[in-house]
Amino acid sequence: MKTTFTKLAVAGLMASTMIGGAAAEETIKVGVLHSLSGTMAISETTLKDAMLMLIEEQNKKGGLLGKQLEAVVVDPASDWPLFAEKARELIEVNDVDAVFGAWTSVSRKSVLPVFEELNSLLFYPVQYEGEESQRNVFYTGAAPNQQAIPAVDYLMNEEGVERWVLAGTDYVYPRTTNKILEAYLKAKGVAEEDILINYTPFGHSDWQTIVSDIKSFGSAGKKTAVVSTINGDANVPFYKELGNAGIKAEDIPVVAFSVGEEELAGLDAEPLVGHLAAWNYFQSADTDINAEFIEAWHAFIGDEARVTNDPMEAHFIGFNMWVEAVEKAGTTDADAVIDAIVGVSVPNLTGGYSTMMPNHHITKPVLIGEIQGDGQFETVWETSGLVVGDAWSDFLDGSKDLIADWRAPLSCGNFNTATGKCGGS
Amino acid sequence: MSLVRTFILLFGLIAGFSVNIAIAQTDPESLRPLVNELAKGKYAETEKQIGALVATGDPAVAPALEALGAGVLFYRKSDGSVFITEKAGKTYKLTDPLTLEAKGEAGKREVKKIKVNNKLRRVIRAALGSLTLMAPDPEVRKTAAEAVFKARDPDSIEALDIALASETDESVQLIMEQARAAAVLNSDMDEAQKINAIETLSEMGNRDALSLLINVQSSSEGVVRDAATIAVEKIEKSIAAWDSAQNIWYGLSLGSVLLLAAIGLAITFGVMGVINMAHGEMVMIGAYTTFVVQELIRTSAPGLFEYSLFIALPLAFLASGLVGIAIERGVIRWLYGRPLETLLATWGISLILQQAVRSIFGPTNREVGNPDWMSGAFELGQMTITYNRMWIIVFAMLVFAGLMLVLKKTSFGLNTRAVTQNRRMAASMGIRTPWVDALTFGLGSGIAGIAGVALSQIDNVSPNLGQGYIIDSFMVVVFGGVGNLWGTLVGAMTLGVVNKFLEPYAGAVLGKIFVLVFIILFIQKRPRGLFALKGRAVEA
Repeated sequence: MKTTFTKLAVAGLMASTMIGGAAAEETIKVGVLHSLSGTMAISETTLKDAMLMLIEEQNKKGGLLGKQLEAVVVDPASDWPLFAEKARELIEVNDVDAVFGAWTSVSRKSVLPVFEELNSLLFYPVQYEGEESQRNVFYTGAAPNQQAIPAVDYLMNEEGVERWVLAGTDYVYPRTTNKILEAYLKAKGVAEEDILINYTPFGHSDWQTIVSDIKSFGSAGKKTAVVSTINGDANVPFYKELGNAGIKAEDIPVVAFSVGEEELAGLDAEPLVGHLAAWNYFQSADTDINAEFIEAWHAFIGDEARVTNDPMEAHFIGFNMWVEAVEKAGTTDADAVIDAIVGVSVPNLTGGYSTMMPNHHITKPVLIGEIQGDGQFETVWETSGLVVGDAWSDFLDGSKDLIADWRAPLSCGNFNTATGKCGGS
Repeated sequence: MSLVRTFILLFGLIAGFSVNIAIAQTDPESLRPLVNELAKGKYAETEKQIGALVATGDPAVAPALEALGAGVLFYRKSDGSVFITEKAGKTYKLTDPLTLEAKGEAGKREVKKIKVNNKLRRVIRAALGSLTLMAPDPEVRKTAAEAVFKARDPDSIEALDIALASETDESVQLIMEQARAAAVLNSDMDEAQKINAIETLSEMGNRDALSLLINVQSSSEGVVRDAATIAVEKIEKSIAAWDSAQNIWYGLSLGSVLLLAAIGLAITFGVMGVINMAHGEMVMIGAYTTFVVQELIRTSAPGLFEYSLFIALPLAFLASGLVGIAIERGVIRWLYGRPLETLLATWGISLILQQAVRSIFGPTNREVGNPDWMSGAFELGQMTITYNRMWIIVFAMLVFAGLMLVLKKTSFGLNTRAVTQNRRMAASMGIRTPWVDALTFGLGSGIAGIAGVALSQIDNVSPNLGQGYIIDSFMVVVFGGVGNLWGTLVGAMTLGVVNKFLEPYAGAVLGKIFVLVFIILFIQKRPRGLFALKGRAVEA
């Protein structure tokens, strides 16, 4: 009787926070730390739903270590300091064993000290600027070498691009990524005057000047492309302006790192056909496991029109890695899981296996997709094998010599191979 | 999709036409193996196959190529035959790519799309250009000539010469000559020819020509190089002059957006003195009204889509206006004379409205489509003017004029002005001041709502829409002078133009900071803004 009751209680109260108190000892708790209000709700709400779906599916399979999983959802409201408070609440008050969450780099940076201090686990699902490796954090999104560098290679080799506009929103991810790209392009022999770097504020909505700058930069007789690290909301007016100004993908292609299926759902994609995005997953991936995932997602969310995207796949991979590591370790204890998870390999949605590396980044394929009229992407190029996420870029002076390896005996996130010491440059 | 179909039919006509005027015409069936070949292999092979199709020189292959470029050319998995498709619900309607006869339907899994990428689209564009230079419709010939211009293929010179000899339309002729010049510069023809070509391009004078000439400049020697250098300098000079005009245009456009966002606030804050932090959310409600109207039109009357904005305008005005009146009656009227409480209360309301919209419509962006007359751009000299920006400027001016008219010429406007100038005397004269307050606030909110309809055309429709405009709106109203609509107009335009002139030099981020600093300094000097109200009303 007792177990039936527990199951019912868990099933019924899955998304609620603390009401399942009676069943508390019987469940393993998983924290979901995504903004459900404020500016980032637009991207993060979907990830919260994806996590609830993954946990529900795992429970259908019999849970973990013989126990049911219970999601604890909190809302950090797109407020960076609140992320740290909510993370602390999840770990200390709700006693969760792992947390899946954060989107922007600044929110990740704000929760890092909390996870370190309380020795818990964070799975971070979004592509980011690299230059970081922390013992308690697992980076399931792409590092720059898993997204930005292959995208630039593609444009250079397949499209013959010689002139580059690096356009981004003014914050840490675009600035670091563009720094890496600039160093990379120069190493490839691109001249200073063939690179134009441009930053805009968050939520920039008047793109007339920048689009016309791109147009005139592109009329210097060389093939030009735009590498866009423009974030979230600002993309819609940017692409609208591009479309209206008649900049076609055949002439000046734009490759974006923050535009996925979800972002395209907010605009008419017809004028954007052919513009590119680099990700590790597209909803259009033609594999059985992806078809299953999409079907489960539609059933869970109750809407056939909802799309899937790359950070959702990252959560899918991260969650399965955590499940496997817990089973391997036989406990949810953070230290045991950190030791057990390195080397764990789980299927990704593009038909391969992703492995957790010692630097707490994972292996992924890199796909370049072209936007289609229906708001989906069509893969036009992909890396031949999996790419290992590189925490420390090989193209920046300060981080060239650093490596991260969290296995004993090294156990260091920023080991300097030049000086032989742990502790950065 | 229907556009593509029209194109295909068009090309079908062309194909049919050329049968009659009979150039080297082959039996369509002999082309079929070549067309079916497209279904095989990767991009590199597809490129070769396109080349083979073009080499036949037969315009009958144009529809297949056009469909390939548009991504509607599929092949049947069972027999590998190629069809032009049109999506019809869950199935695809098949059309024969050569005879253009309907060939029934096929399920999603029976057919597969032939993949194209940007490179292939470029190849197809160029190929279609050379195939359709002799088309009967001058518009098609024009597009063809433009495509040939971009391709700059020396092999097309011959085709261009033939086309030019029979061309009657002057504008098409001009583009063909330019296309020929572009191809000549890419060929190994003699210097005299090339210098002629440079002159043609120099007269063309736009960025495309500049791009080409810079290329010539760096890749040639002697006289040709000198001629190119002179031409480049000449074009750059003229473009620089046009750039200032373009900047002013951008400034006016940004100014009109600011004006739209601020003009409702100019009434609620400027005239009534209510610090309404929920003003941005009124704009958002207007934008969501547009979304709802378009959704309804899409599902029930797709033919009305071109008019969706006109239908949305009054509804957005009503929706935002009613919410505004409800806020005034429910909250603000208890707080008159207490600006700090008003500020906090309306800030709270703005959060409630945002989260309400997030719960109803979801947190993601909603797609508000641009009607055809709001899309695209036209060239004015060397300036590119996009239709949506142009109409928004016109619309902002109309709203401004309309509002002026209401305030100056109607009895409601008279009452409003009377109440704001001297509330007690107005009340003594029998004006029901609470109702005037509510309606004035409703008017300000309603105007914000119709601004939302316009902004939905250029910005995201998301719950955060309003937040992006609230600071700018206050800035405009304070800068222009509280209580003066003309001040709002001049303030918005000034800030727009200043911003756009700073942006190319300082960048968007710094530019915005400079504008803020400028306003702070300006307010220090003239605390009442550009157009200060004078007289006793100010002191009350």
